[in-house]
Amino acid sequence: MDLALAPETLARWQFGITTVYHFLFVPLTISLAALTAILETAWVRTGKEHYLRATKFWGKLFLINIAMGVVTGIVQEFQFGMNWSDYSRFVGDVFGAPLAFEALIAFFFESTFIGLWIFGWDKLPKKLHCATIWMVSIGTVLSAYFIIAANAFMQHPVGYKIAERDGVKRAELTDFAKVLFQETTLVNFFHVIAASILVGGAFMTGIAIFHLRKKQHTRTMRMSLRVGLVTAFVGTLLTVISADTLGKVMYEQQPMKMSAAEALWESEKPAPFSLFAYGDVAKGHNEVAIEIPGVLSFLAKNNFSAEIPGINDLNKEAQEKFGPGDYRPNIPTAYWSYRWMIGFGGVSMVLCTVGLWLTRRKFWLAPEHRTGEDDVPKLMLTKNKELAPRLGTWWWRLSQWTLIFPLIGTAWGWIFTETGRQPWVVYGVLKTEDAVSPGVSQGEVLTSLIVFTLIYAILAVIEVRLLLKYVRKGPPELTEADLNPPTKIGGPPGGASADTDAEAEADRPMAFSY
Amino acid sequence: MELHDVWFVLIAVLWTGYFFLEGFDFGVGVLTKLLARDRTEKRVLINTIGPVWDGNEVWLLTAGGATFAAFPEWYATLFSGFYLPLLIILLCLIIRGVAFEYRAKRPEERWQTNWEHAIFWSSLIPAVLWGVAFGNIVRGVKIDAHKEYVGNFWDLLNPYSILGGLVTLTLFTFHGTVFTALKTVGDIRMRARRLALVLGLVTAVLALGFLIWTQADNGDGKSLAAMIVAVVSLVAAIGAIKLGREGWSFALSGLTIVAAVAMLFLTLFPNVMPSSLNEDWSLTVTNASSTPYTLKIMTWCAGIATPVVLLYQSWTYWVFRKRIGTQHIASDVPADAAH
Repeated sequence: MDLALAPETLARWQFGITTVYHFLFVPLTISLAALTAILETAWVRTGKEHYLRATKFWGKLFLINIAMGVVTGIVQEFQFGMNWSDYSRFVGDVFGAPLAFEALIAFFFESTFIGLWIFGWDKLPKKLHCATIWMVSIGTVLSAYFIIAANAFMQHPVGYKIAERDGVKRAELTDFAKVLFQETTLVNFFHVIAASILVGGAFMTGIAIFHLRKKQHTRTMRMSLRVGLVTAFVGTLLTVISADTLGKVMYEQQPMKMSAAEALWESEKPAPFSLFAYGDVAKGHNEVAIEIPGVLSFLAKNNFSAEIPGINDLNKEAQEKFGPGDYRPNIPTAYWSYRWMIGFGGVSMVLCTVGLWLTRRKFWLAPEHRTGEDDVPKLMLTKNKELAPRLGTWWWRLSQWTLIFPLIGTAWGWIFTETGRQPWVVYGVLKTEDAVSPGVSQGEVLTSLIVFTLIYAILAVIEVRLLLKYVRKGPPELTEADLNPPTKIGGPPGGASADTDAEAEADRPMAFSY
Repeated sequence: MELHDVWFVLIAVLWTGYFFLEGFDFGVGVLTKLLARDRTEKRVLINTIGPVWDGNEVWLLTAGGATFAAFPEWYATLFSGFYLPLLIILLCLIIRGVAFEYRAKRPEERWQTNWEHAIFWSSLIPAVLWGVAFGNIVRGVKIDAHKEYVGNFWDLLNPYSILGGLVTLTLFTFHGTVFTALKTVGDIRMRARRLALVLGLVTAVLALGFLIWTQADNGDGKSLAAMIVAVVSLVAAIGAIKLGREGWSFALSGLTIVAAVAMLFLTLFPNVMPSSLNEDWSLTVTNASSTPYTLKIMTWCAGIATPVVLLYQSWTYWVFRKRIGTQHIASDVPADAAH
């Protein structure tokens, strides 16, 4: 069968499209849940109205986003069985448990408490209401942990043995704690959460700037800008640290993936970091290469002169171990996805870190340059010197328009790590070509691939337009009911007590309804 | 009772929970065209399940995940074998979730009617297809010696499974109508009571046929007992709604679902997916299960987590226990001005 339309190829495209698409909602959901929770906590603790306005504004964007995350996640739970039945049979004993745990512990948490949060404004006392969004936030993080534990088993299988049942080989779990807490799980989780923080920070910053440049909703958006920049900065630090740790772990566990990321064909000592490469995959060498000597050795092994194995040597090694075949992933994909990941993330890291300094409120700032809570902050380079207006305008513009750069970076990161593991689905244990459902026909996969892609594309347009609408609209005006939340569960709002009789109270419209 | 038997029961419990809970919210979705007279009434209906439908749906994800973990072969054969029906169910669930969340987020008439159509169809179609799927599981499908489904899409549409689909559709809609009577006030509540009577009778006829067919094909003493409970509670649910006892009626229509699902699983055991080609090729609780070690871990997790889940989900229902009517729906302009 034509390779481009082979069921395996189609199933891979479908998995790639549905998973990358799903993951576009994940980091934003993780970070916006936490940010909304922080803002609501600030409101509960201080009673300042702009915190509540911000909670409602960012909470709304969060809800539009999580709705898509939830529904696209349903597909993920079933796709292994549908398209990868041989994979499911082979790893189910190990891989199923974290998935089941994710549903039982994390999904129930998220989905139940989000219902309470959405509909609970006039039903729950404010502290309890605030607690529900924290529960949602915890749910999103737990969910990420379990699914990354499952993925880590594919990247670096541990805690299992190969056994035979009814004449068929399968992986059997021997140590669940190893699967759940192995280094690959921990480091990957750290990296994903760190990147999610950066994603949320850059997103919040970009949207806050949109309003600040128009000089509207200044108090709420100035505060949001600072929260966004601090978040992005924390995300930047954590992402860099986790990336470094993860890179080193991956050089131990999957040197092929990492050498592919650098298009390092031959083993070198010391090995350079590649800035640009154009090569010939069939011949196994680069035709053009711009490199910084020694840096790769340092990144991989903390030593500027360490030897790094090249793709060609690793391929030979794998052939000796696993038999004849090509054990190289798609090198251009690995090389470029790795660079896009770093590039997109890096742009926001720089912009936000610079911005955190430029928009500071008091630190090393002459009193006459300090701006009030209702002013757009000045971009101050030093104590008395403002950033040149032209550069300043560029900072505002760029930081606004790069709001989803880290999100794009995370998508490339997954494309890198998943395609870089090929030809394996479980590294060194099961090949992707042996994982696909044998009984599902080409026509069936083609149908689902087309339908999913179409529906996802339509939903993307709807979702983005809805997000834009609510971004433009800005934070809502607060109502009497907003400012007087109920004091007991299910009870009437505190503001409507003595002067309204019970009957009118019973007919009061819901604070929120679909 | 060995661990894989325990997990057979637990999977049955998860599906039961799913059909009990999402059963009524599918039913409410169907009622948006069957019962509601105008947009405000549609919104009343949608808002009776607003805070809870998402949590209800997780029972499905948990059933899926638990099947993967406890019976990987079952998970693999079922979902790759029933590929197209499952694809349709997934698409419906995707559209349905988005429809609930996005419908009120724009004031335009067309936007809202489109999502309302979506809510109706994406509730109705899965309600039918789950019955078709379970009908086929119980009846047995073409499974070869390698545990692969070798039939095609059309093999899944046979009189027995189609009757199963009609039963789940009517039973869920009946369950949803009783739920509506229990959760609303005013005119819509009274109409829901009356509609429930009609739907109840239709359901009773179809369900009786399907359950007797099931019993005749694969039944034993235990499944007969479950069948009697299902039928009696369905009749009692109809009686209760006639008397205006909505709470009782809902509990009884729920019991009907519990007993009917129990009956299907009782006729299955010890198979999980019987083969219609050769009995020896059937997937059973032993040849489809995970190792005892995995099952033990799963049992611990489920044993601790499930009661907690039940606790906080029940609490949600308690928080939103108040009945709603047209007067509680603010206005047709974006409901979220306050949100």
